[in-house]
Amino acid sequence: MSAESLAMPGGTAASAAGTAAPEAARRPIGPPILEVRDITLRFGGVTAIRGISFDIREGEIRAIIGPNGAGKSSMLNVINGFYHPQEGEILFHGEKRRQLRPHQIARQGIARTFQNIALFKGMTVLDNIMTGRLTRMHRNLFWQVLWKGPAEREEVAHRAAVERVIDFLEIQHIRKTPVGRLPYGLQKRVELGRALAAEPTLLLLDEPMAGMNVEEKADMCRFVLDVNAEFGTTIALIEHDMGVVMDISDRVVVLDYGKKIGDGTPDEVRADPAVIDAYLGVAHDDEAPGDGNG
Amino acid sequence: MLFFIEAVISGLLAGVMYALVALGFVLIFKASEIFNFAQGVMCLFAALTLAGLILGYTPFAEILHTLGLPSTWMPVFPLWLAIPLTIAVMIGLALLIERLILRYLVNQEPIILFMATIGLAFVLEGIGDLMWGSDVKPLDIGLPSGASDWMLDSFDIYVEKLEVAAAVIAAILVVLLTLFSQYTRIGRALRAVADDHQAALSVGISLRTIWVIVWSIAGFVALVAGVMWGAKSGVQFSLSLIALKALPVLILGGFTSIPGAIVGGLIIGVGEKVAEIYLGPFIGGALENWFAYVLALAFLLVRPQGLFGERIIERV
Amino acid sequence: MFYRETGDFKTSYAADAQIFPIALDRWAFWLALAFAFLAVPFLIDDYWEKSVLLPFMIFALAAIGLNILTGYCGLVSLGTGGFMAVGAYASYKLMTEFEGLNIFVIVLLSGGITAAVGVLFGLPSLRIKGFYLAVATLAAQFFLVWLFNKVPWFYNYSATGMITVPERTMFGIAVTGPAAPPWATYLFCLVLLTLLGFAAKNMVRGRIGRSWMAIRDMDIAAQIIGVPPLQAKLSAFAISSFYIGVAGALYFCVWFGAVEPTEAFGINQSFLVLFMVIIGGLGSMLGSFLGALLLVVLPILLKNLMVDAAGMAPVLARHFEITIVGALIVFFLIVEPHGLARLWAMAKERLRHWPFSY
Repeated sequence: MSAESLAMPGGTAASAAGTAAPEAARRPIGPPILEVRDITLRFGGVTAIRGISFDIREGEIRAIIGPNGAGKSSMLNVINGFYHPQEGEILFHGEKRRQLRPHQIARQGIARTFQNIALFKGMTVLDNIMTGRLTRMHRNLFWQVLWKGPAEREEVAHRAAVERVIDFLEIQHIRKTPVGRLPYGLQKRVELGRALAAEPTLLLLDEPMAGMNVEEKADMCRFVLDVNAEFGTTIALIEHDMGVVMDISDRVVVLDYGKKIGDGTPDEVRADPAVIDAYLGVAHDDEAPGDGNG
Repeated sequence: MLFFIEAVISGLLAGVMYALVALGFVLIFKASEIFNFAQGVMCLFAALTLAGLILGYTPFAEILHTLGLPSTWMPVFPLWLAIPLTIAVMIGLALLIERLILRYLVNQEPIILFMATIGLAFVLEGIGDLMWGSDVKPLDIGLPSGASDWMLDSFDIYVEKLEVAAAVIAAILVVLLTLFSQYTRIGRALRAVADDHQAALSVGISLRTIWVIVWSIAGFVALVAGVMWGAKSGVQFSLSLIALKALPVLILGGFTSIPGAIVGGLIIGVGEKVAEIYLGPFIGGALENWFAYVLALAFLLVRPQGLFGERIIERV
Repeated sequence: MFYRETGDFKTSYAADAQIFPIALDRWAFWLALAFAFLAVPFLIDDYWEKSVLLPFMIFALAAIGLNILTGYCGLVSLGTGGFMAVGAYASYKLMTEFEGLNIFVIVLLSGGITAAVGVLFGLPSLRIKGFYLAVATLAAQFFLVWLFNKVPWFYNYSATGMITVPERTMFGIAVTGPAAPPWATYLFCLVLLTLLGFAAKNMVRGRIGRSWMAIRDMDIAAQIIGVPPLQAKLSAFAISSFYIGVAGALYFCVWFGAVEPTEAFGINQSFLVLFMVIIGGLGSMLGSFLGALLLVVLPILLKNLMVDAAGMAPVLARHFEITIVGALIVFFLIVEPHGLARLWAMAKERLRHWPFSY
């Protein structure tokens, strides 16, 4: 863990796999920036989401948990605008959101990572993260063709921003590597970088720690916490590792078979009988929840 | 009215011919996810080989001649010998294709495989021409030809006997293929491979053997199609362009459906004929050059997976 | 050790984003360009002009265009021939309707018209993907060739159905028509190729190129990170068609002088350019040039070898050519799907160490 990383005081300590709950230097939590109300999503005969409502407050880390097939990724896709729910409404920053296309929603400040990595395999790490800046690049075709002048200046400015993200995620050494050659854990980090490069207000992470070993998870936790602390980014994450969820999230939403069965702080949710029944299971001795899954 | 019926019948029969070519595509696509652009040229190659054997052409005659070697020693083969020989050649071709090309391209993206088959098409075309020469060859294997007198007399409708024969043969072929695929051991293996390569491998099905079998069957189908087309208008290069026409057929019928290929072919055949007759005079004729593609395009906009194809659902 | 970048550190992001980061490459390029502009015009003769240099430059432009569409943006197109026809016929109509218009402007305008047509035929790409899009482009190909064959307005009602280029001059020297000297046509094309080549490279390394590649690699993810799919795909069609249209206009005005649609712009042309792009390298500017070079020079080499040296009949040579081109395509796809450009890059890697072995 490099001393140069942009960790904020108090943030790094908490990330080591599952110890004390993070305190200090966390952003104050504000009003809801995203609200979903009575969302119902159907695919043909299958109802993936039934009447789910919850909110995400500004500056918080909100975890979405539940068994496989509960509708968690679909929920993210609805927030993204990739799926359009048949019923329900979404409020972003207090305003009801019209049915928008995904790229328009990206421009509003929502970014995400994917369960199965969705990097651009034909490009290098640097180029992939640069694509995260596309919503902020505006120089028109004429200047781009010319290159020298405004377009080059814009490229350089955005390159500088991307380099800051690269420094933050400690991936300087692979910036020119084609992403297809990278190991899984690094690919996940690059994907996070691409999402961060967009400087989003709301960051959606779909199982960011899936398939990682303990050290990689610790690193990822640190990054997530630092993003929240340093940039004030609101984060919603889907995660199966209960240790991570209980440690870093402020509030948790629990889904099962497309319905919401729990909503509250990690402690509240951990004690909720419905959640224990459906997902967490019962501990057979007094082990701390951070020592692995439920 | 009579004229319209004639046009429709003519279109249906032409459609059957297209469907025959499209069948080969579907077989290969089902088993190996490869869109075999060379299918049309395979029709040409098969027909060339058969015609060459029947007419007594010596393979590679021109090259032998240029090199000063004897170039007219090949005998005329009787039909009962020529047909099995041609089938053997097509099976040999399938083996070669698997060994030299397919084996090495197993994990590539579909677009690379597609382009490889374009290359293959060129190679086959070149070799076909080098082997048998590029002059137009008649192909007479005893199929009925000329107008059906019975239809002419009874209904006053002009129908070509050859095309009816083609329809009958195509119907038999489809039934045989469907039975084969549903009820034989190999047919089942083919369906397994079409579904999931990995899973098929894990139950002991040899991918390579299946591919050789599929490409051989496709070669046989190509022979039938090539013979039909060749009997109709002589064996010549333009036969390979039929492959391009098969594309709209596949779009309508879906890339993986055998009945779809037939239905698609029929729709394209009728659509083309009717458009040519009724729209043609207004805009200069020769609509067949592009009508099928525009029809396919219109279809795609409404239903991107074709009539019988599987709906592609994208998941993130 | 002779070819190297040791000690050649980049101290700014701008320097890192250059077209030729390695100094040796840069020098070699400018030298080659100087040679092309200053020396070749004095050395060129009719044969080299018509058989090698003009076809190379024109097909390089077409290959750049198709590479932008298929290599960078992932949209397979079999309609290149048809779009070249649009460029050619657009230039013809412009020349015959506006007598005084400068030929340079006409060529660029023809590109613009082709771009508009390209956008039209590109609209289906918003719904249709992959193979299916290839079929839609086939519709464009066959329809356009049919159009220019059938509608007399396009060939000014001439009896033969062919179009012939009227003479046009630049700076007082003919660049079209039989009286045009080889060095004039050569320089005309070279200027266009140089300018448009730089433009293409700049587009491809900048914002729009990145959005194309994102769509190519995973269009859903691209949308979710904010790339508007409509603009990205249609801009790819537009710009690609512009280049192909310019190539078509040059094909007619400067190279052939007289064309007939099926022969000059048929489906075979579409395949030819596609092969150039595949063999040269999808998604590589250099690849477009290398592919064009190979597929222009190869038939000439084969013909010289087989017909002139071995005395074979031209028809036979042509069959061999088809076979060999096909075999080359399959070979490249097996051995190096990323084409000559990748082979070149790998060779440069080796040169970095040569003459040492590691």
